[in-house]
Amino acid sequence: MHIMMFTERPYYDVPEDEIIKNASYFGIPNTHFDPAKGSELLNTYFDEVLYAEDRGFDGVMLNEHHGTPFCMGSPMNIEAAVLARITQRLKIVLLGNPLPAADPLRLAEELAMIDMISGGRLVPGFVRGAGSESLFNNANPAYNRELFNEAHDFVIQAWTKPGPFRYEGKHYHYRFVNPWVLPLQKPHPPIWIPGLVSPETVVWCAKHRYPYLALATFLDPTLEMVKLYADTAAEEGYQSGPENFGYLQRIVVAETEEKAQELGKGFMYGGGINSFARPEWMFPPGYNSKAATRRLAKVFTDPESGEELIPFTPVESEADIKENRAKIYGRYQTEQDNLQLIVGTPDSVIPKIRHILERVRPGIFAMWHHHGPVSHEDRMTSIRLLGDEVLPAMRAISDELGLAGPYETEPGSRPLPASGVREPVAGEV
Amino acid sequence: MLENSIPWTEGTVHAAGADLTIIKGGSGRPLFVLHEELGFPGWLRWHEALAQTHTLHIPIHPGFGQLPRVDWVSSVKDLASFYSIALRDMALGPIDVIGFSLGGWVAAEMAASCAHQFRRIVLVAPTGIRPDDGEIMDLFTVTARAYLDASVHDPESSPEFATLYGGEATPEQYEAWEDARAESSRLAWQPYMHNPSLAPMLRGVSELPALLIWGEEDKVVPISAGHIYNRSIAGSELAIFEDCGHRPETEKADEFIARVESFLN
Repeated sequence: MHIMMFTERPYYDVPEDEIIKNASYFGIPNTHFDPAKGSELLNTYFDEVLYAEDRGFDGVMLNEHHGTPFCMGSPMNIEAAVLARITQRLKIVLLGNPLPAADPLRLAEELAMIDMISGGRLVPGFVRGAGSESLFNNANPAYNRELFNEAHDFVIQAWTKPGPFRYEGKHYHYRFVNPWVLPLQKPHPPIWIPGLVSPETVVWCAKHRYPYLALATFLDPTLEMVKLYADTAAEEGYQSGPENFGYLQRIVVAETEEKAQELGKGFMYGGGINSFARPEWMFPPGYNSKAATRRLAKVFTDPESGEELIPFTPVESEADIKENRAKIYGRYQTEQDNLQLIVGTPDSVIPKIRHILERVRPGIFAMWHHHGPVSHEDRMTSIRLLGDEVLPAMRAISDELGLAGPYETEPGSRPLPASGVREPVAGEV
Repeated sequence: MLENSIPWTEGTVHAAGADLTIIKGGSGRPLFVLHEELGFPGWLRWHEALAQTHTLHIPIHPGFGQLPRVDWVSSVKDLASFYSIALRDMALGPIDVIGFSLGGWVAAEMAASCAHQFRRIVLVAPTGIRPDDGEIMDLFTVTARAYLDASVHDPESSPEFATLYGGEATPEQYEAWEDARAESSRLAWQPYMHNPSLAPMLRGVSELPALLIWGEEDKVVPISAGHIYNRSIAGSELAIFEDCGHRPETEKADEFIARVESFLN
């Protein structure tokens, strides 16, 4: 199993009321940003990655968001380049570069450079980007998937097809493709794809034999995607397994239960992931497939499920802010009950992690270990406890359950059984 | 409501190499109606009134939920060319045309490239020209509902507003709006809802009687764009309705009907 540390690298020095008023991290005025604090934070986040390497993690996962204090990794490749140089062993896993917002030729060059600097430790993942990335980067959301597909195919070509060549596609056009920086890993670095259980992406991954990593999604829909991946893999003539699947889990650990409970609340700060961006920014025009739009149409026009999907709307008055804050923290225990959020000491979190590993059977596991206002000291303690106590336990569980990661079993390399019928996967055993 | 309701039908015609949904009703000289960026809002009082003396032909833009989009149409200029070919295929030109918002922009592009296909043109708060005071409201960063709400100056004083798009939030309407927004995004994402070459091209149009209708309080397309249209199309008239937003045909229906009837007849 490949175990990674993850954090959004939040800029958390924004008053919580501002986020609650805006009902969204995206769109908070950047007058709340203090570059001096930002500078200190970015550098301590680098220090924490070095510490994670020291404590035994296999990889560090980075991501990219724009226009939001939720995540400071806007040009993530710059962070990755720094980490490529200062770390020695960690895989640098980018989940992922939002392709529709990129210039794919420039991206191919940047990633090749990072792979070279790191000595071949890069995992360049790709994403469509949240809807808000389409708005921020002015990448037409109605062409989001087309842009993703074409940019992906182009990046692979730029890495593997001898140049110079001319490229004329639908959305991208290049006169002279001949990058003089190429990845060290051949034919190109391994690609992993993260997502929020969109069936279209899962099918696309299975067809490309790219591992799919579900981002802290609910367990039942996640298991449906494991099955969909396996079905598609079988159609493609191979057997999928743990090496094809990853899971991001929110895990907060501290020396005492009490302290862990205090720190875990950081995930609820301002509404947490539920306040990432308002629906009109999450779902800009044409961003979703027709099928996804049909599902949303039912949800949005039904008052009950609409409330579930859009728990918060912008508010002004003190009373409304107070009410929404109560609603936000009212969900804290529920999120722990359904294991969306695991909070505790190493001893109390290990059985819960075991449950997740047994159910999802991932070969890649990312630990999102803090969010909101958590001090550097507490983040370091968390890395130490995870590395020294939780990781060894997880490795033992992984061996027991046979959860080989993509560095142990090449994804897509296992043939179907002689019967031609695929083996059962997670959720079916 | 007028007492004698005029029936209308929805059918499919094959034109410009594609299947096109057309709503048709009324009798008399044909009138081509180009709908706005949220789709066809429904058969309204002004349709009913003009249908007394005109046969209304209202195509649903391809990709706006009814029939598939046409792959080669990726800009409003392309859509204008598509409709020029469709008018020729249907042997409808020269025809009177009325266009609303994005539909007004389509009509303006058609006029700019071939004015002879029209007899008279009515543009109701068209997008297409970048205002020099204010900016066109961004449909792509708000919900369809918020955009619709912003389109009228005073919903209380325009009862027909509540009936637009069926009036109720249904899953079907949500989906139709998302289709309309997605296709609008393909057509007009950037530059947003305008074409920098439109005003110079309109200055080349002559002998096309043109009526521009604008609400003085339009929050979607500021009236400064109306003045540029007015200066660009030789001999055009600009009718400005007071206490009115982006939907003069709904907000000031009587005034609108009278003005358009007198212009067309």
